Amino acid sequence: MKIFMLGWEFPPFISGGLGTACHGLTKAMSKIGVEVIFVLPKPIDPAFSTHVTMLSPLQARGVDDLTTEQSELKNVRFRPIESPLQPYSTPEYYHRHLEEIIKQKRLVELEEIDTTYSDTSQYCGDMLTEVSRYAAAAVRLAQQEEFDVIHAHDWMTYPAGIAVAAVTGKPLVVHVHSTEFDRSGEHVNQPLYDIERRGMHAADKIIAVSHLTRNIIITRYGVKGEKVEVVYNGVDRELSSLNFDKMGSIKSDEKIVLFLGRITMQKGPEYFLMAAKQVLEVMDNVKFVMAGAGDMMGRTIEMAAAMGIGQKVLFTGFLQGQDVQKVFEMADLYVMPSVSEPFGIAPLEALNHDVPVLISKQSGVAEVLTHVLKVDFWDVKEMANKILAVLRYPPLHMTLREHGNFEVRKLAWEDTAAKCLAVYEGLMVQV
Amino acid sequence: MPSVCFYFQVHQPFRLRHYTVFDDSTSYFDEFKNASVCRKVANKCYLPTNRLLLDTIRRFDGRFKVAYSITGVLLEQLHEYCPEVVSTFDALAQTGCVEFLAETYYHSLSWLYSPEEFVEQVEKHIETVEHLFGQTPRIFRNTELIYNNDLAKAISATGRFDAIIAEGVDHILGYRSPNFVYRPPDCDNLKLLLKNYALSDDIAFRFSNRNWAEFPLMAEKYANWIHDVNGNGNVVNLFMDYETFGEHQWQDTGIFNFMQRLPYEILKHPDNDFKTPSEVAASYDAVDTVDMPHITSWADIERDLSAWLGNAMQSNALHELYRLEKRVKETGDKNTINDWRRLQTSDHFYYMCTKYFSDGDVHKYFNPYDSPYDSYINFMNVLNNLTSRCTGVDAAEAKVAG
Repeated sequence: MKIFMLGWEFPPFISGGLGTACHGLTKAMSKIGVEVIFVLPKPIDPAFSTHVTMLSPLQARGVDDLTTEQSELKNVRFRPIESPLQPYSTPEYYHRHLEEIIKQKRLVELEEIDTTYSDTSQYCGDMLTEVSRYAAAAVRLAQQEEFDVIHAHDWMTYPAGIAVAAVTGKPLVVHVHSTEFDRSGEHVNQPLYDIERRGMHAADKIIAVSHLTRNIIITRYGVKGEKVEVVYNGVDRELSSLNFDKMGSIKSDEKIVLFLGRITMQKGPEYFLMAAKQVLEVMDNVKFVMAGAGDMMGRTIEMAAAMGIGQKVLFTGFLQGQDVQKVFEMADLYVMPSVSEPFGIAPLEALNHDVPVLISKQSGVAEVLTHVLKVDFWDVKEMANKILAVLRYPPLHMTLREHGNFEVRKLAWEDTAAKCLAVYEGLMVQV
Repeated sequence: MPSVCFYFQVHQPFRLRHYTVFDDSTSYFDEFKNASVCRKVANKCYLPTNRLLLDTIRRFDGRFKVAYSITGVLLEQLHEYCPEVVSTFDALAQTGCVEFLAETYYHSLSWLYSPEEFVEQVEKHIETVEHLFGQTPRIFRNTELIYNNDLAKAISATGRFDAIIAEGVDHILGYRSPNFVYRPPDCDNLKLLLKNYALSDDIAFRFSNRNWAEFPLMAEKYANWIHDVNGNGNVVNLFMDYETFGEHQWQDTGIFNFMQRLPYEILKHPDNDFKTPSEVAASYDAVDTVDMPHITSWADIERDLSAWLGNAMQSNALHELYRLEKRVKETGDKNTINDWRRLQTSDHFYYMCTKYFSDGDVHKYFNPYDSPYDSYINFMNVLNNLTSRCTGVDAAEAKVAG
């Protein structure tokens, strides 16, 4: 079985859970003997990139560095997109171009691209352009490869998936790690929704990361239930086996409550602050650490100040690698107050680091974890009640940590990979 | 000639209301939920089963007998929420074919933590039974059949009881059968009645299990199993939760028909009869002593304390609760003491059990909380408030100490 996998980001430089998930999944697939061709968008020239948040990781460091992973990813081949496409072009251009390819079922040489497209102020416009560029390039790569199934991760790669499927006739699996409703609530970005919807309807099978997400796919995107499989993410235990100096220097009677994730509407940072405020009314020796960056960061900092708890809330900015591990080691409790979280890998990582976890009931990961505290994201009082309980009752902390750490060991990427394989095999039988 | 000895455990706890660290009310219990559970169980189980058994006793003219252990905390709730249930139990008591057993009034684990408190609760339960049903219990059963030699010795020393009840644990009995009367070591005046868990669980747990090879269980077949004991035992002790009838096994499983039919089938064989625990203790000599140094119970497959004392949260909650005993009692405040005692009901700690939690088994069915962690948090928040009601004493103690 050989899979043509379309991804958007990959460790060590990632901006969120998608890269982590792709890493874990491909590694496990490699282990169970599934061959993967992993396609990544590679920025041509960092100076030209406009989609900073999404592509900065790979701009900072070439995909070639991924060779360090090779022993673990021996069945995975990376195909960074290197075609000399210019990043400034219109989605319409690529769309036309793709249609051309599909119509002729062969590669069409790309013409010099019109660079006059200048509406760069719109994040969405650039992003869409990039997505189209990626799609066009992916089709070129696909024609040089032999594979059985196309597997596309999240909306950025759906157009590519659709195009590759149209050209090659291979079955398409789209893997939904998040939807526009998770990211934007009810105020969806219509072009993105359209892309998602098209991808889901074009797919032969959809993999959802939770039942929560499956329900959204069925009710909001009008997809038939039998087409959507739930495959939960796993967690990489080896990440925690790296050796760090214990933070012996932090000898303080202060408790640390951790928020780790993008500081954006979806993740519920304001609920974290409101709970923090209530906790601090009862208990003084607590610090609230908000690790992450995002579009609501400024507002969140202002909000903390306005609530009069500014000195108790620390903002670290975006953390990665060893810094993530360090902050986990310091934490007494990890809180994920997400308003809508399709899955949520971070709580698994927290449990891996022996940190008890409080998650919102509006998260997919709540479906698989039992030895964690759960709360409705809007129920700030209950959130504070539970935070205080963990900080004040050591046996609770201990029991959550022990059982949670044990439970998380059962969530292996190998199982995720095996379930994906079963989905692929189901498609092969059909064909 | 096996005797069939039925004893039913009848109990509901005072469930706590949702209580956060920000609450400071001294009303800890969820009256609405307790009332609705009480009424629901009364309608599904207590009333219909009492009626059925009362009819059966009358029909067999004294040849059908049962025993109950009804906890004080349930009796309080029945008085409050469905007093008609108490009168039907009284009607049963009037037949002379029904025995009431003694236990801790609060269905507590006090024996493990405070001998004084334990004795007070048993006294209170005996008084309640005397007052309501006009008989003085002569048989003791501890909460959840928690038992060992030491408990037997303590019960024997009171001189008030003829027998004590325990689980017929296989690994202790070995080749011996639970179908005989035994004696705890060094207790000349106390007999030991052991639960036949296999036959008890056939009714209590397996009755409606369609995957069970013996499904469907008919009264005739079951009576034959009992009759088979003939020659290998004197008594079959069938001990189970009363809620088995109509609540754990719903009416549509046929449990009531089974129970209605069973006395006919058993009494068909002239050798068989029904006996109350007191009659069993009086009729049969102890065949052996059973040495049980370690604590056993009737819970789960482990038959130990792990359902209430299996993790750090449970142990912490229990220790903190009993550590408060002196201070609570010194307040002399009836409400404070009563609240403290209601918190001792074993169910509160059962809810905190993390054993099998992920598997979503029987523990979950009886649990008003979403998770054991939620129940611990709630309990500790309540306990903290209760502690704050005793702070006057604490301050005085501090002064003395200083």
